Amino acid sequence: MAVEERIQQSLERAAEPSGTPDVRLDRVTKKFDDVVAVDDLSLEIPRGSFFALLGPSGCGKTTTLRMIGGFEEPTAGAIYLGEREVSGTPPYKRDVNTVFQSYALFPHLSIFENVAFGLRRKGTRGGILKGKVEEMLDLVQLSGYGKRKPRQLSGGQQQRVALARALVNSPRVLLLDEPLGALDLKLRKEMQLFIKRLQHDVGITFIHVTHDQEEAMTMADRIAVMNQGRIEQLGTPDELYELPQTAFVAGFLGISNLLRGTVAGPDAVRLGDGTTIRVRTGSLAGHTGDVAVGIRPEKIRPDEQDPNALPGVVRERAYIGVSTQYIVETRNGNVTVVVLNDRSGTVPHSPGDHLTLSWDPEATFVVDPMEEAE
Amino acid sequence: MSYFHRHRELTPYLLLAPGVLFLAVFFVVPLGFLAYQSLESGNIDFGYAFTWSWSNYWHALRDYRAQFVRSLEYAGIATLLALLISYPVAYWIAFRGGRWKNLLLLFIVAPFFVTYLIRTLAWETILSDNGFVVNTLQSLHVLGPSGRLLATSTAVVTGITYNFLPFMALPLYVSLEQIDGRLIEAAEDLYASKLHAFLRVTLPLSLPGVVAGTLLTFIPAAGDFINAQLLGGPDNHMIGNVIQSKFLELTDYPAAAAMSFILMAAILVAVFVYARLVGTEQLTGTAV
Repeated sequence: MAVEERIQQSLERAAEPSGTPDVRLDRVTKKFDDVVAVDDLSLEIPRGSFFALLGPSGCGKTTTLRMIGGFEEPTAGAIYLGEREVSGTPPYKRDVNTVFQSYALFPHLSIFENVAFGLRRKGTRGGILKGKVEEMLDLVQLSGYGKRKPRQLSGGQQQRVALARALVNSPRVLLLDEPLGALDLKLRKEMQLFIKRLQHDVGITFIHVTHDQEEAMTMADRIAVMNQGRIEQLGTPDELYELPQTAFVAGFLGISNLLRGTVAGPDAVRLGDGTTIRVRTGSLAGHTGDVAVGIRPEKIRPDEQDPNALPGVVRERAYIGVSTQYIVETRNGNVTVVVLNDRSGTVPHSPGDHLTLSWDPEATFVVDPMEEAE
Repeated sequence: MSYFHRHRELTPYLLLAPGVLFLAVFFVVPLGFLAYQSLESGNIDFGYAFTWSWSNYWHALRDYRAQFVRSLEYAGIATLLALLISYPVAYWIAFRGGRWKNLLLLFIVAPFFVTYLIRTLAWETILSDNGFVVNTLQSLHVLGPSGRLLATSTAVVTGITYNFLPFMALPLYVSLEQIDGRLIEAAEDLYASKLHAFLRVTLPLSLPGVVAGTLLTFIPAAGDFINAQLLGGPDNHMIGNVIQSKFLELTDYPAAAAMSFILMAAILVAVFVYARLVGTEQLTGTAV
C-alpha cells in the first residue's frame, strides 16, 4: 500500500467521531452461484470490542469475515470500515489484518521477516522496522525466535507469530479466522486467555470467527450467533446464555432443556402432560399458542421446594468431577440436570431413583418451538 | 518365520539391490568402459590399444571448441525460453485450472505420445522454406525474400525448446500446485499487491520447481543432436552431432568417448555453479 494512503487512512481514523463503529455491514448478501452464504446481514462492530461470530459450519461466519478482509466481494449491500465504504477495495488497500486458519506463515521467510512483511510493504525500514518487529515478538513472548523458520516452531508458537505478523501493522480491525482450531485443548485454553489479554492491551477491535461456543464466550465481549447466513441473536455472552431468543441459540450455547407447551395465562404455560408451570415474569410477551420453555440444566434442583415441580425417574448418571450430570425421564421428555458436587458426602442419585425436579420461574426462558426442528 | 523376519536388518539392502544392480550394470560399467576407451588410440581396421592417450581430450577441445560452446549456448537459451513459456502455463493450470487440471496437463504431455524423431521432423515441415511460417514472416518483412528458418540457430533452439518443454512445465506445475492459496491471501492481507505477492511469495516458493525444470531441460538438451541434425545446418552442429558422427560414421571411438567425458564434465560444472547460485536447498526442495 502506498504510504500516503496509509497516512490518509490513519488521519481518517483519528478524525472520526468517537461513536463511529469500526466495522459496519449494511444489508450484505453473498451468493456463491445459487447458494446464499450470507443473507441480508446488517451488523455494527463498536470500536475496541472483541467481537465473535459464532455458528456451525456453513452458517456464513467465515464468508462474512472474508468480505470484511476483502477476499470476497458482497453480492449486494455495503461494508464500511469506519466511515469509508470499502466494496471493491482489494485486501492490500484495507486497514485490516487477518490471522488465518492454520496461520499461513510464509515458510520460506524467517520469523522476523514474516512479522516484518507488512511493515516493509508500508515502507518501514532500518532501525524503526527492527524495533517494531522485536517489540511485537516480545509482546507475543517470542523474543529471540526471529532467525528461525516457521517449521521450527510449535503450533502454539506459530499461532503467536501469526498474531504478531498481523498486529504489528496496528490495523483498524484484526480478523481471526478459527485461529485456535489446530491446537490441542490445553493449549487452546491458554491461547484463549492470551489473546483476550492481548486484545485488552493493544485496544484494537478483534473480530473472531469460531464454531466453539465456549471459546466465543471465554474471549468475546459481544457475540453474534449466526445460522443459515443470518444473525440469530447478538449480545453479551451472559445475555445469550441466560436469555436465548430462539431455540437454535438455546441449543447452540450450552445444554438446554426445552419443554413444549401452550400459553395458559400470564406467566403460565401448560405442558403436554397437563402440568402447569410458571415462567419468568413478562417472558411470554409476544407469544401465543405453542411455546417451548427452556431451563438450563444447572438451574434445576432435584427435590427442592421451588414453585415449579416435575416428577421423573433417573435414567443415566455421569460423574464429571466438578458436577454430576443426570438424564431424568419425565412425562414431558428427557431432562438433563447438572448438580454441583460442592459437598462431600452427598449421596448422588442413582439410575432408577424417583425424584422431583424443581426450579425457579425466574430461571426460565421462552422460545418459539417451531424453530427447534433446525 | 520367514526369511525376512529373521533377517530384518537386511531388508533395506535387499530392497535396494535391484536398483543398485541396474545402475551398476547399465551405468557404472559402461561409464568405466567409456573412460577406458577415451584413453585408447588406434583405428577400426588395425584395432585399438590402451595407451593413456590423453591427446584425445586435447584434440577434442582444440578442434571442436565451437561445438562445445554452441551446445551449452543453445541448451541455455532453450532452457530459458522453456522456462518463460512454461511458467505462465503451469501457473495458470495450478491456480486457475480447477477441475480441468488433469486434462490440461495431459495436453502438455500429449506430444510425448508421438516419437521424438517424428515430432522434430514435423518442425522441419513447419519451418520449411515454402511453409506457412516462412511465407508469413516474409510477407511481414521480418524475413527477407531469400530468408529462411531451416538451417539456422533459431530453428535448432526452437526445436529444442519445443521438445523439452514438458520437462520444464511438469516440475513447475508440481511446485506451484503445492503452494497454499492462503499464503498469497496472507501476502495481500499484509499490503502486498498481486505483483508483490507473486514476487515475494509465489516465486520463491516455486523455486524448487524452477531448479528441477531447468536441470531436466538443460542437461539432456546440451547433449542433443537430433534437433541440430534435422533443423540446423552444418554451422549449427552441436557436440552431440560430432559425437554421433565419430561413433557411428567415422568409428573414431576414442575421440567420441573423450568428447562425451568433456561434455559430462562441462554439464557437471554448469550445474554446480547453478546450484551454488540458487542455493543447494532448492535442489532438494527443502526450502518448502
